[in-house]
Amino acid sequence: MAEIDREQLLKVAHLARLELREDEVERLEQQLNDILAAVSKVSELDLSDVPATSHPLEVVNVWDEDEPRPCLPVEEALANAPEREGGFFKVPPGGSA
Amino acid sequence: MIDTLRLTAEGAKDLLERGEVSGAELFAAYRAAIGERDEELHCYLHVCDDDGLEASAAKPPTLGRRTGAFGASGGDGIPIAVKDVIGTKGIPTTAGSRILEGYVPVYDATVVARLKEHGLRILGKTNTDEFAMGSSTENSAFGPSRNPWDPSRVPGGSGGGSAAAVSAGLAPWALGSDTGGSIKQPSALCGNVGLRPTYGTVSRFGVVAFASSLDQVGPVAKTVRDCAYLYSILAGRDPNDSTTVDLPHPVELPNGGDDLHGVRIGVPKELNESEGIEPGVAAAVAAAIETLEELGAEVAECSLPLSVEYGMPCYYLIAPAEASSNLARYDGVRYGYRAAAEERLEMYERTRDEGFGDEPKRRIMVGTYALSAGYYDAFYAQAQKVRTVIKREHDALFETFDALVSPTSPTVAFPLGARTADPIAMYLSDLLTIPSCMAGLPGLNVPCGFSEGLPVGLQLIGPQFSENKLFEIGHALEGVLGLDLVPERLR
Repeated sequence: MAEIDREQLLKVAHLARLELREDEVERLEQQLNDILAAVSKVSELDLSDVPATSHPLEVVNVWDEDEPRPCLPVEEALANAPEREGGFFKVPPGGSA
Repeated sequence: MIDTLRLTAEGAKDLLERGEVSGAELFAAYRAAIGERDEELHCYLHVCDDDGLEASAAKPPTLGRRTGAFGASGGDGIPIAVKDVIGTKGIPTTAGSRILEGYVPVYDATVVARLKEHGLRILGKTNTDEFAMGSSTENSAFGPSRNPWDPSRVPGGSGGGSAAAVSAGLAPWALGSDTGGSIKQPSALCGNVGLRPTYGTVSRFGVVAFASSLDQVGPVAKTVRDCAYLYSILAGRDPNDSTTVDLPHPVELPNGGDDLHGVRIGVPKELNESEGIEPGVAAAVAAAIETLEELGAEVAECSLPLSVEYGMPCYYLIAPAEASSNLARYDGVRYGYRAAAEERLEMYERTRDEGFGDEPKRRIMVGTYALSAGYYDAFYAQAQKVRTVIKREHDALFETFDALVSPTSPTVAFPLGARTADPIAMYLSDLLTIPSCMAGLPGLNVPCGFSEGLPVGLQLIGPQFSENKLFEIGHALEGVLGLDLVPERLR
């Protein structure tokens, strides 16, 4: 059965781009292990011959005409921007992400 | 004098058509009821003012006018509440999260555009668990809603605001959204009719995404006919959501008859005898099943041996996995909350830590873990196979039955705070609704009685696209039971 330790938890948090506070790390470690213990139940079943379902309806590719259509004007697209400069979203520099 | 506690949408339509009230008077009556009762119940996160009325009454020119089941003129001037996970142009949309506080969409969700095409007027945006993750509205960053039958109890969730608003006369009907039970469960706990439609029949365009292979918008109403009418407005293919399909046959409003001869109803024992089901809930549902039989339905026990036992763990892998991907967009760059930071990675991580509440964080963490290298096959891929098993089990039953019936929620409305400390106890609220959601099936909650003075609902589950049959059965039951669904303390 899967178990998540502090180091793994911090790694997952980094993958999810969550900067957890110390009190959150402690609380989450217990809660995530409880949840993982509950969901690990799916591995009890031998389903090697069963196909996966990713979508409940049997629809296949839907094709669209390749024609230009109006899209959001720049001013509207930027209307909710926390910070902007000209026609761009402005963000702080650097970082490895 | 408009009695908003009892007025149905169909009744409102009649008043409007006979010229007995104007759309503005109707809107004002609901605004007054909201003013009177919403401070206690907190159904709304945003109430539209008169300017909002103007904005919400403006019909968008882009879509051709469609005909709902009440006819081409149907709907004009009837107010409606909209769950706050559904994007509304010019009206704040938060999904119950700090990370979207202050966000004002620049376009309408397709479902909202369709309401406007039919002349419906938006009263406001209703409370929800953050990103629709929860079963009580207690995960809303803006505080919980309360159950109109007993304000010390929850209205259910995630769409508790919509359900409580309809039951308390603060809206004649409302839009909800359902991923694992968020329409049906609050409708059961508040005593109204809620439909989770067949997956793919209602557009998700413009709706804040939680788990895309499960999310469906649907109606919450006082009667089965209102519910069917609203569904007729919402359903149909949307070019902006390529997972949508057109209905194979039009929505039919159920028409008064209560003869259920020839209708075959299955009673899955795992959904009806699960150990968490309260005796009062089981008794009310069992009595309603007897009533269905008296109306002529053929009723027989059946079994979903794996769906109920494995539905919950399957759901709590697939939904968080999809959520962890969908919620990646909240990074502080384009909209919503942004934390102050010197560099970009710090900005992303801090924005998300400060902006998301506990439940989205838990699900992002579970989902990211379940999708990560080394765990993918054991968790996510395996859960998708379980989903196939669940779908097959249901499909097999529909060779024999037209519909399945069970309690919607194992319990009546529970006290605020009763399950907040234990995420898994909260997850069990959706034990009975989750399996059919995993299979993409429609489900209709119909109030069927009371326990401890609180409403009990049953769910009717059918094969894909069987909404008309569910409406027919639900309408017959509703008519014969004749329950007074106005909360006693408000009568």
